[in-house]
Amino acid sequence: MELHVLGVGVLTWLTFLPIIGMVAVLVLPKNNPAAVKWTAAVATFLQLVLAAILFVMFNKSMAGINDAASMQFVERFKWIDIQSQSWFGRIQIEYFMGIDGLSGPMVLLTALISFIAVFASWNIEKALKGYMAMLLLLDTGMMGVFVSLDFFLFYVFWEVMLLPMYFLIGVWGGPRREYAAIKFFLYTLLGSVLMLLAMIALYFSVAITDPATGEKIHTFNMLAMMNPANFEPGSLLYGFGTYWRYLAYIALFIGFAIKVPIFPFHTWLPDAHVEAPTAISVILAGVLLKMGTYGLLRVSYPMFPEIATATAWYLALLAFINIVYGALCAMAQKDFKKLIAYSSISHMGIVLLGMAALNTQGMLGAVFQMFNHGTITAMLFLIVGVIYDRAHTRDLDAFGGLALTMPKYTGIMTVAFFAALGLPGLSGFISEAFAFLGAFQVDKLRIITIASTLGIVLTAAYMLWTLQRVFLGQPNEKWAKLPDINPVETFTLVPLAVIVLVLGIYPSFMLDMMTTSLNHLVDFVSRGGAAVAMIP
Amino acid sequence: MGRQVLENLSNFWPETVLTITVCVAIVANLIFRKNAKLISYISLAGVLTAGFLVTRQIGMSQSVFSGMAAVDPFAVFFKLLIATTSVVIILFSMYSAEVQATFKRAGEYYSLLAALTLGMFLMAGATNLLMMVLAMELTSLSSYILAGYTKEAPDSSEASLKYIIYGALSSGLMLYGISIIFGLTGATDVYGVNRALVSGQTSYIALLVASILIIAGFGYKISAVPFHFWTPDVYEGAPVTITAFLSVASKAAGFAMMIRFFFMTLTVGAPLSDGTWLALQGFEWNKILAILSVLTMTLGNLVAVWQNNLKRLLAYSSIAHAGYMLMGVVVLSDKGLAAVLIYFVVYLFMNLGAFYVVMLVANKTGSEDIDSYKGMGYRSPLIGVAMVIFFISLTGLPPTAGFIGKLFLFVALLDAKWIWLAVVGAINSVVSLYYYVRVLRNMFLRDPEGDAGLIRFSPGQVIILLVLLIPTLLFGIYYAPIVEFANASVLMFRIQ
Repeated sequence: MELHVLGVGVLTWLTFLPIIGMVAVLVLPKNNPAAVKWTAAVATFLQLVLAAILFVMFNKSMAGINDAASMQFVERFKWIDIQSQSWFGRIQIEYFMGIDGLSGPMVLLTALISFIAVFASWNIEKALKGYMAMLLLLDTGMMGVFVSLDFFLFYVFWEVMLLPMYFLIGVWGGPRREYAAIKFFLYTLLGSVLMLLAMIALYFSVAITDPATGEKIHTFNMLAMMNPANFEPGSLLYGFGTYWRYLAYIALFIGFAIKVPIFPFHTWLPDAHVEAPTAISVILAGVLLKMGTYGLLRVSYPMFPEIATATAWYLALLAFINIVYGALCAMAQKDFKKLIAYSSISHMGIVLLGMAALNTQGMLGAVFQMFNHGTITAMLFLIVGVIYDRAHTRDLDAFGGLALTMPKYTGIMTVAFFAALGLPGLSGFISEAFAFLGAFQVDKLRIITIASTLGIVLTAAYMLWTLQRVFLGQPNEKWAKLPDINPVETFTLVPLAVIVLVLGIYPSFMLDMMTTSLNHLVDFVSRGGAAVAMIP
Repeated sequence: MGRQVLENLSNFWPETVLTITVCVAIVANLIFRKNAKLISYISLAGVLTAGFLVTRQIGMSQSVFSGMAAVDPFAVFFKLLIATTSVVIILFSMYSAEVQATFKRAGEYYSLLAALTLGMFLMAGATNLLMMVLAMELTSLSSYILAGYTKEAPDSSEASLKYIIYGALSSGLMLYGISIIFGLTGATDVYGVNRALVSGQTSYIALLVASILIIAGFGYKISAVPFHFWTPDVYEGAPVTITAFLSVASKAAGFAMMIRFFFMTLTVGAPLSDGTWLALQGFEWNKILAILSVLTMTLGNLVAVWQNNLKRLLAYSSIAHAGYMLMGVVVLSDKGLAAVLIYFVVYLFMNLGAFYVVMLVANKTGSEDIDSYKGMGYRSPLIGVAMVIFFISLTGLPPTAGFIGKLFLFVALLDAKWIWLAVVGAINSVVSLYYYVRVLRNMFLRDPEGDAGLIRFSPGQVIILLVLLIPTLLFGIYYAPIVEFANASVLMFRIQ
């Protein structure tokens, strides 16, 4: 399946539309904030339209993952091609993009969240041009990560996100923004340099034959890295379950785990979320966290299937810690935004649990949960933003009875809260149920899964408790005059609420897109995992 | 005999042109005393011509003046690098308030700059130990004077004096090391030394002592720990233009000479077909360099975190970068060498760029303190964006050229299974992010203090900035040409 717009592939458009928007924003005059905002809005809107077209045209029966032929909307060009030396093989890096059932939902999510983030930034006044430019650059980085199929390209986009994120938190953030921004930057960079080393090790171990010349070329092609036959005998990562492979897996894992974030690499997250402006929190929770789990599924799982299988139990244990620890921390918070931040850690744990199960239900639950968490948490952060804009405080105990003064707001909030705690009929329930169902089937993980369900109870507890403290009870006189949500805020929240509702009732919209690919992934990883069992 | 000298001279054109430039600049200064511009143009033309003549030598591989120097791809590469730096520095000097203030001594300044370039050219090609010492002395003496060029500033004189003392000590040590080598082998040209070392039984201890003494000399030139003590003071005290020149060209020349010395003398013959070199049996000097490399980058990065003067911060950062580049030497392979060369190309643009920004800002504000950069990103968005790109590149993040430099270093290290060193290098670049970002934080996250008007620059200044900025970005996205050029330039002339 291919789609070109004006002779350029659709994925390139998706990725670089925001950059075009960024350039446009930068050349606009400074004294016209409306033009800047609308330019950003148009750029992200076009991106969203393209993503929607992809969603409609997406062929649900094609698997992708490790098979280049069944990747969709593929664009593939030579980017860097360095002649071989006697002592240095040919280097080839491709501009290789494509999507499958794993990246498809993420592309959609990224486009959606970016579009909403622009409107959530409508009140920004300080250095608006710089803000929108950074936001759009970040958008390009995020989209690029999800559509890249060449590890080098993937890495470039992965790193492109860091700088705009640093400035977005650091310049437009809350009181402790400098600390939060540099903490985020250092943590993520630490993860990505380890990933870089693992990437280079993979590069050296994998060689494909050039069909034209018969030359052996080392490549960054991710699909080639997934095929065990491409690993050169005697190279660093050759074989199954070797010491070096474990080391490379751990390096990759830390890189991705910091992004998810998995306990104990999570400490940057509450700081970053609390200090970031609303729209950036939305992007951070909505898209950036998903990159960690996406990376695990796109890179770690298929390239190191035997280790992914062998360490599934440990991943489940980490998932359990994330779920329960995140929920307990959330319960202890007095700051509304910090509470949501910790709830993210808890919810990402469910994704990990589903992944650890390594079966279709678990995997479907995991990826679906990635999408749902993206939409639900985005709503939650928007909700916090609405109240913070009005009251300039996020102290949970300072409010009460807001349902009386802000009825519309309370209505939408209820949808988000109940979706977050997994009420049936809303999208969060489906994905959580699938993840737990999948993990429960695996004998080894049964106890962990049962223990993890505690997290659901805790989530219900802190969500309802928050709801009670903020929206019910005695109205606080101080906030009696708070206006209800305005049209722009409604515009950001309602589409998400609709998606949450629709996917709760008819999840197949999304699940159908993923099923074939994830089935294939599970199959592929378990076969790779079985290979190690055969080694005497 | 006469014919041979003439033939050799024909391969020596770039150096000859530089020598003439030195003389012409001095004479011109005597005649046109007040015309600093003219002298800068003369030296610019001289260096450009020399650079052009070097390009004519691409692909050559031969020895000149009976083994004194070699004209080979490796030397040509470094000469081009040095000539480029020199051209850029002369352009900087034309816009530098510090240098302009002393226009009466412009002849001194530009002729010494040309002499410095000449010394570095000789360092890049020297294949005889005596030639190496002489070339290094020519470079050092010129740079001592240039470091103290702004006599009016006390810290400039201090810098010059410290530089001389450290320089004298380390060249003394190096000379002593060389004399031991001569005693052991009876030869002064690298090929003779190598032949004697490979065939004969040499005392291991004597060789070790001699190598460490010689490393002291090289280590001083490339400012590797523990021979780096002069670097921060000199970099802080010297005029920015000279600091920038020393940080790139001097380091490059030092690396060129060091690589040639080690690879030509202390290895067993030519590289194997897969491009790996074997260290002399029983003497794995690359392990010494590995320790040096770790010390250099770690200390450079950790100390840089505490600096409040941007020139001093960049001094420590340049120490750290020397450490990264040493990693490429440690692996003892053509891949490692190519990685060093690639790194130098990239380093040239990003480091000169960073120093250029320091100079432009100092021209306007008169300060090099990191605190004086508060709100600079809003006072001059161009400077702000440029500094972000240069610093991101120095950290080694894509999509900038600095990432490519780091990438190829790590590639060489992992290929030779020096995993621990690669991990140390990677973690070091995370540390470096912290202090680079501190500057960016002041530029963008803090509001300007006091006089906070917009800063504007002349078109010439902006063009020079772009000349450095565009390659820093472009080579991050498309780097095949520099990699291929570096791959072709690892070839060093050797007697078959």
